[in-house]
Amino acid sequence: MRSNDMNRSRYPGAFSVQKAGALAEPLAVRLLLVGCTLFFLSLFLLMPLGALFSEALSKGWQEYRAALIEPDALSAMRLTLVTAVFCVPFNLFFGIVASWCTAKFTFPGKSLLVTLIDLPFSVSPVVSGLVYVLVFGLQGWLGPWLQAHDIKIIFAVPGIVLATVFVTFPFVARELIPLMEAQGREEEEAALTLGAGGLQTFFRVTLPNVKWGLLYGVILCNARAMGEFGAVSVVSGHVRGATNTVPLQVEILYNEYNFVAAFAVASLLALLALVSLALKTFTEWKLRQFQKGGA
Amino acid sequence: MARSLRKNGTAGWGTLPGFAPTMGYTLLCLVIVVLVPLSTLFFEAATLTWDDFVGAVAAPRVLASYRVTFGAALLAALTNAFSGVIVAWTLVRYRFPGRRMLDALVDLPFALPTAVAGITLAGIFASNGWLGKVLEPLGVKVAFTPVGIWLAMVFIGLPFVVRTVQPVLEEFDREVEEAAACLGGNRWQIFSRVVFPLMFPAVLTGFTLAFARAVGEYGSIVFIAGNMPMVSEITPLLIITKLEQYDYAGATAVAVVMLVISFMVLLALNLLQKWSRRYAEQ
Repeated sequence: MRSNDMNRSRYPGAFSVQKAGALAEPLAVRLLLVGCTLFFLSLFLLMPLGALFSEALSKGWQEYRAALIEPDALSAMRLTLVTAVFCVPFNLFFGIVASWCTAKFTFPGKSLLVTLIDLPFSVSPVVSGLVYVLVFGLQGWLGPWLQAHDIKIIFAVPGIVLATVFVTFPFVARELIPLMEAQGREEEEAALTLGAGGLQTFFRVTLPNVKWGLLYGVILCNARAMGEFGAVSVVSGHVRGATNTVPLQVEILYNEYNFVAAFAVASLLALLALVSLALKTFTEWKLRQFQKGGA
Repeated sequence: MARSLRKNGTAGWGTLPGFAPTMGYTLLCLVIVVLVPLSTLFFEAATLTWDDFVGAVAAPRVLASYRVTFGAALLAALTNAFSGVIVAWTLVRYRFPGRRMLDALVDLPFALPTAVAGITLAGIFASNGWLGKVLEPLGVKVAFTPVGIWLAMVFIGLPFVVRTVQPVLEEFDREVEEAAACLGGNRWQIFSRVVFPLMFPAVLTGFTLAFARAVGEYGSIVFIAGNMPMVSEITPLLIITKLEQYDYAGATAVAVVMLVISFMVLLALNLLQKWSRRYAEQ
């Protein structure tokens, strides 16, 4: 996709009859490969989407709407929004700060630091939830103290937010670090030489250079924060109307064999995913344009 | 260490301001959000005696869950590597209707919440689902068997290999292929001897990522796996089961083993990748 326009003339279409020459595969091979791709992606991407929406609407609009405006579903949506509202800004700020110090400076142990920031990616969501139970749960490190002061974290909203912060921790940072590294330091140094302050330099020089990458990271972070299931499932008490996020609500409805409602609520998350993908594709395109213009 | 970092940051390496505060904040967040919580795993596991630890992590049911989880993840990552190369190749090299849309949709498994993916796949492959209806009379049972686990893992691992191989193919210097063609190589020889070795490190990276993701995956699998102990029970589910029985130490012990195994696999693959990259550069 990236080199689309540039290469259009160089790569013959699978169905085009132009002379392919030595650098193209025979037509049969091309058709076979395109066929495989279409089959595989239809099976794994298009069919699930189709099945999801057809299942959600199988009893008609009325049922679909009723499933979405049911009080438990609404409270789940509220909790999911609250979670995202805490998580995304926190990880956005962390991502900016972390990428400034890792991308604009050289210091020993830098690659270790980047690896540690990425660590939550390689930890199973279930284990991410588990560690917060071990810290804040009744038998955990802070459990007795929290109980004495009547603070509830596990099986309550703060636990859900914390586990989600852990799971989405690397998203913004890992988009920004390579981008800011590629930008180098010269522009910032020039701004400083011309008398700009540190924050002024950041907001007027650095930020405009990385804004699309930043947005990209935020979109991914938000999608994951709203959709996280494993980690949240461990720390939430599954209390209907109180500590259920939308993905947990989907699970409960499904396990109650209330399939239409489960798929209806799930279709909301699927729509969110599709919107995220559209925005992501847009920011990628913008980022490429920006890089082309800058280069 | 903090002091030497600070000194290096400002005096030695550059003129930009803000190293000390940003580094301080980064380390603070990292310690509070990631390192302290993760370290509790090892402290909690250390409260067990060695015999209890072994008893918890080597019980037959737990061993069976490792086999299911790591075995299915390996198969799924291999499937992803194979199909990912074909998909990436097709998306980069050929033009066909719907290509842009499919290209954007490849990331769907990243964006779609795992629980949604789980119930949807279970719905499709259940005996009354779109594909289950067709497959079950043929004797192929997918939902509620280990095959379902593999299938869910293939779904969530789908984008990794495609997205690591795609940029390599896009930036690939076609003159290399032209040179190989001039030297008389046919298309298959050029692919297997020239193109594939150069994209192999990327394939390996994607494979590693897909494997790591599949091993830890929970949400999309529990709905389709059937979760029968000894047969189709994955390790993350076992951890949750233990937690629900308030067996915190046991859950932690299994989690530690899982983490250690996946880190060892990742380390081995990283070394392999370094080696293959060096090989590709020669």
